[in-house]
Amino acid sequence: MAGEAIAFYILTGMIVTAAAIVVGSKNIVHAGVSLVPVLLGVAGLYVLLRAEFLTVVQILIYVGAITVLLLFVILLTEGATGLRTRQRNEQVPLAAAVAALFLVTLLVALTRTPWALTNQPSAAYNIGAVGTSLFTTYVLVFEVAGLLILASLVGAIVIARKES
Amino acid sequence: MGVALFLNIVTALLEIELVRMFLSVVAVFTFVAIGGAMFLVLMERKVSAWIQARIGPRHVGPGGVLQTIADTVKILQKEHIVSAQADRFMFSLAPIMVAVAALLSYVVLPWGPGVIVRDLNVGLLYFAAVSSVGVIGILIGGWASNNKYSLYGGLRSAAQMISYEIPLGLALLTVAVLTGTLSTAKIVEAQPYPLLYYPFILVNAFIFITAATAETNRVPFDLPEAESELVAGYFSEYTPMRFAVFQLGEYGALFANSALFVTMFLGGWRGPFDLPLIGAVGSGIIWFLLKSYAIVFFLMWVRWTYPRLRIDQLLNVSWKVLVPLGLVNLLVVSFFVVMGW
Amino acid sequence: MPLDWAYVAIFALVGAAMAALPLAIVWLIAPRSSYPQKRLAYESGVIPFGTAWTQVNVRYYLFSLVFLLFDVEVVFIYPWTVVLRSLGMPAFIAMAIFLVLLTIGLLYEWKKGALEWA
Repeated sequence: MAGEAIAFYILTGMIVTAAAIVVGSKNIVHAGVSLVPVLLGVAGLYVLLRAEFLTVVQILIYVGAITVLLLFVILLTEGATGLRTRQRNEQVPLAAAVAALFLVTLLVALTRTPWALTNQPSAAYNIGAVGTSLFTTYVLVFEVAGLLILASLVGAIVIARKES
Repeated sequence: MGVALFLNIVTALLEIELVRMFLSVVAVFTFVAIGGAMFLVLMERKVSAWIQARIGPRHVGPGGVLQTIADTVKILQKEHIVSAQADRFMFSLAPIMVAVAALLSYVVLPWGPGVIVRDLNVGLLYFAAVSSVGVIGILIGGWASNNKYSLYGGLRSAAQMISYEIPLGLALLTVAVLTGTLSTAKIVEAQPYPLLYYPFILVNAFIFITAATAETNRVPFDLPEAESELVAGYFSEYTPMRFAVFQLGEYGALFANSALFVTMFLGGWRGPFDLPLIGAVGSGIIWFLLKSYAIVFFLMWVRWTYPRLRIDQLLNVSWKVLVPLGLVNLLVVSFFVVMGW
Repeated sequence: MPLDWAYVAIFALVGAAMAALPLAIVWLIAPRSSYPQKRLAYESGVIPFGTAWTQVNVRYYLFSLVFLLFDVEVVFIYPWTVVLRSLGMPAFIAMAIFLVLLTIGLLYEWKKGALEWA
């Protein structure tokens, strides 16, 4: 268990550091690439929760697809001119106030919630268990997810066609 | 006495998990560097020479077999040059990312009976996931060079690799449906004889080998590095050693994809008979390597035979041929599986 | 299972170090000399003008968007392959409906010309 605790702190450190770069970097391509360690760190947290399927999906979808999509978007919208974006504008006080309010809300929620703590390691959610519940209990949800993907496909085309 | 003590120390060390981890990385990396990159570069040069009725490298060592070793010694002495307008950090990071992505896919390759680094439950999905990470390396390599050819090479490569990940995934899924598992070791166990006996699997094997060729950016899908139009694509700005690390990733991925093809369709490490003297495990490894190099040879043969596709043709092959074919194939095969045929 | 992934992490870290090793050797032993012309980007011998960091074509974005959605679809199929034998026909029908929906999406893209490069 000590090993897992160490792994947890290393992963958290990695996520927070890289996330700070994502937010703070003035070069947006660097910011986009810094998402890779953030997302990989989250995949590592899934490992500690014994959610193997989610770990691999996190790597496949978030690192392999969404980051690539984001990099294409960055290269599409910002050319050389926007490469170094401004980090501040005249709305800094307002943004700080909203952020502080959000922080307080989160802290209240975190401290007030009765967390169901346990010393046992979490049960293994292997891919078979995911499959069984997805195709028995949650089969309707699964079909709705299919509809949602279809709607996104159509929506992507409609919006993209309108713009071009 | 000394020998016994030494052996004791070695067994004690091998029982420490961390030592085993390090040893497995070093072993796999050494294989990727020597049996993958260095040997495959030589093989590619010899095969291309043979197809074009030339001789190929012949001066270094008997028949030129030491040519890539000489090349390695040479490129170790070549200067790193980073162009003045490049993004230095990303530029240096990109080749390492590509190499690591290729190396990670070796974790789930079953080399022989029981010889596998880690037999993950989600092996096939893991393979697809880690190979998709290499795309980012190529994309940022092309971008960081700040060279028009590199940027377009990187973009084309990324567009091509993501387009062919879908048919690749569908091909993996069909095999998973037939064998009922995603673990690569269990897929080999489920094939007492090669899976290719099944007619639909031929379609599946065709989809996989086409998609794998595109994933490794090889002719006829080599638009990213089309030397006649893009200099060398995303490689253009890279000086020899960084270029070599990129090549390590490319040839590493080439071997890994061939080995996965062998695992899924050709019975993996199973051979028609056990070879004498080396036991079941040894002959399993030999059969696995022989089959994998045979597939690599096939891909090289394709590379030196066919011309390059245009980008619209390339995307059409993926989205309008392979994806529909893969979807239909998946449904047909799974229908047979459900009916118990 | 965390042990499996500890192997993966070690593979990534040690693999990166081993890939960086030859680069470090080159850095140590290779000769160095720098002058402005050498550090120009290589664009077929023409002195490069401007930067390559400009806006790129929107098509790359469109293809990656379509790819993302199909990738999500493929991910849903993976758990199904493992349980298909035990759940039998109902699971097959559920997946068939799902795939028909996605095929409609693919046909829509096709007809709308979203899969054309030109």
